[in-house]
Parts: sequence; C-alpha cells; structure tokens
Amino acid sequence: MMKQGESAVSQSVRATTADLKFADHWDHFKARVGIMRMKHLVEPGLYALGDPDAESPVLVTANYTLSFDALRSELKGLDAYILVLDTKGINVWCAAGKGTFGTDELVRCIEAAKLAEVVNHRVLVLPQLGAPGVSAHEVKQQSGFRVKYGPVQASDLPEYLRQAEATAEMRRMRFPLRDRIVLIGIEFFSYLLPLVLVWLVTRSMEAVIAILAGLVLFPMLLPLLPTRDFSTKGFFLGLLVVLPAAVWRVVVSVDAPMWHRAGIAAASMLAFPSLTAFLSLNFTGSSTFTSKSGVRREVSSYFRPMVWMFSIGVLALIVLVLARVWGGL
Amino acid sequence: MFNSYRTNTLELRLELCNGCGMCEEVCPHAVFAIVDRQATLPRYESCMECGACELNCPTGAITVDSGVGCATAMFVAALKGNDEVECGTAGDSSAGEISCDTA
Repeated sequence: MMKQGESAVSQSVRATTADLKFADHWDHFKARVGIMRMKHLVEPGLYALGDPDAESPVLVTANYTLSFDALRSELKGLDAYILVLDTKGINVWCAAGKGTFGTDELVRCIEAAKLAEVVNHRVLVLPQLGAPGVSAHEVKQQSGFRVKYGPVQASDLPEYLRQAEATAEMRRMRFPLRDRIVLIGIEFFSYLLPLVLVWLVTRSMEAVIAILAGLVLFPMLLPLLPTRDFSTKGFFLGLLVVLPAAVWRVVVSVDAPMWHRAGIAAASMLAFPSLTAFLSLNFTGSSTFTSKSGVRREVSSYFRPMVWMFSIGVLALIVLVLARVWGGL
Repeated sequence: MFNSYRTNTLELRLELCNGCGMCEEVCPHAVFAIVDRQATLPRYESCMECGACELNCPTGAITVDSGVGCATAMFVAALKGNDEVECGTAGDSSAGEISCDTA
C-alpha cells in the first residue's frame, strides 16, 4: 500500500537541479532585454531538487524562470522540494502584489501536488517578498501547512536553512547598484525606437542626452541624486546633463548665428530636463521602496509642470527653427 | 520639500495588537519593531504600502491602502480610463507592459 502511494506521488514530482545551463542563462538574458517578456515560464507543480525525503524542506516560488532559477541555483548540495505556483510567468514580488502569488493559489497547489502525502512535516518556506499576496494564518487554516517567510534574497537561503531563522538584514529589501543596473536593459530597449526617431527628426543632441540620462544614468545614480522624490532627482540630473550640451552648442558649434544657437540652447534647457524627470518618475515602479500614495502625490505635484516646461520649450524650438528656415535669418 | 513620501496610508490599531511579530517578519523595510509585546513603527516613513503586514496580521490590527507605487501604471490606467491601478498582466501587449522585474 505504502509503495503504491509513493509511486503515485513520485510520478507527479518533477526532477530539477541546482545547475544552470547555457540555455538558462540565455533565457535570463532575453528576459532582461525584454524579448518575449511573458514567455519565461516554468511548468507549475512540485519539483524535487537533489534527493529529498519526507523530512526535506519545501520551498515555494513563482513560475517565472528568473525566480525559479534564482532559487534552485542557490541550493547546491541540498535536498529539497520546490513548489512552483502558477503566477503566469510573473516574479514573486509583482505576482504577490496582484495576488496571483497568493493564498488561494498556494492552497490549490498544496492540494494538487498532494504535498501532505509527500512530506511528513507541515512547514512551507516562502520568499518574504511573497507576503503581500499570502496570508500565513489563512494558509494554515485552509491547508494545515504553516508558512514561514524566508529571506528576501535567494542567496541567503542556505544560511537561513541552517539557522532556521532569518536575520533582520535578510528581511530587508535593498536596491543595490547591481540590481538597478540589470533593469537598465529593459528600459533602454523599450525606448530604443522612440529614441532613434527623436534623433532622426530633431537632430537635437540635448534631447537624446536627456532621454539617455533618464534611461541609463538615473537608475545608476538614484541614491546619489538630491531630494527624495524621483521627479526632482530626475529633473536635477536632466539639468546636469543638458547643460554641457547646451554650452557646447553656444561656444563650440558654428552651424548657425550666435543668437540662434543661444536660443536653441536656452529652449533645450527648458524643454528636455522634464523628459529626464518624466522617465525618472516612471522608474518608481522598478524601485523597491515607493508607495502608491507617495507616487500619486508625485504625479499630482510634478506632471503638469513637466508638461508645461516641455511644451513651451519645444514650441520655442520650433519657432527658432522656422525663423531660420523660412525667415532666412 | 520635494518629499512626497513623508506620509502614507499605514495605520496600526494598538488595542488589537497581540504582539505576535508577523508584521515585523514580513515587512521588507523594517517599518515595525515589537517593543514590550506591542508593535511600534520606528520607520513609518519607509512604508511602501505593499500590504504584507495587513494580510499577515492575524488580529486585523493593521490597515494600509496597498498597491503598486508605479507612476507608469498610473499613467496607463489614466489613459485607459481605468480606476484601478495595476501592473501589466500576462497577455498584455508589450506596449502596455511595465518593468517590474525587481524580485
């Protein structure tokens, strides 16, 4: 009888390893630059990593390849079960926000995998960032399994499993340079076409520099820029990068009369830092610490000024260009 | 000046708190600390309204208007005329999609 039960279970458990292959790294690269963004899926269900037995820990994650691979690659030499929830290929944090990494899906997966027959204990280790979607006491009530929240970072898991407790530092969500840099790819490539169009149509070095600053420099310099609001940080950065280009236009460039170059430079200073500010404001969603009510306050404080400055600046630029082309000045 | 994050929607009703410490465990920004079997808010301004504490508080002592602190999502919602602000979901075209790869 026991044997029958075991074989029925083992058929539903897939095997996996802690080793990432070239195909995995290639998949991660594509995910980071935005190729087939919603197609980085892992089959949901229960996985056996190493040679787990009925006492081995059960770790829960999302069915986004980056999430699943981040988890399993940290478990070298360990025996564990991995329960993969169906989050439609969305990472743990974002899926928890939507509720797809949530109480109902977790309880459903526990039952579908017949987890109670696979392990003797009744403990699940969830990533802490799954907590916005999961109610630990509800899961306990509905499934009998106790939810323990593990560390924020998968890299702290081996230490966590040894200590059976997360330190205060393991519980903190940081946003280090490395994490900010990997986000640049997707920002950059999603704006690449508009950026090229802006250059082809306007030939404005100031505009291109302002956009690039918002996409590339802002994520890198985020904690170093003054003020707390993303919009004002971005506006400051925009002024900082557009100014040298504007000065260069006035001082070095000789393709137009002085008054015209000075006018273009001044109008650019008015128009384009708001582009940087706008892109920076949009980075709030990628950051790990902005609240909904705070971002809403940012939008209501700064969006109008951005639109006004940009519109007046661009209008001035158009008038200057037309004056030269048609006015023969 | 230039700080839209001084206040937020997090509210703690101490008369319901049993000091279990779940809020301290789930909060990714160390907003909570248990002092003398009661939750306190030593880092209130760091709250990002993720809602983990509210959902995991067994006595219902915490409320927070949780959601995504994402300007892009707000602009997309405004353009589509939606009241509800949320991240892009599976099946969306890449145009409406939002970078949320932080985990």
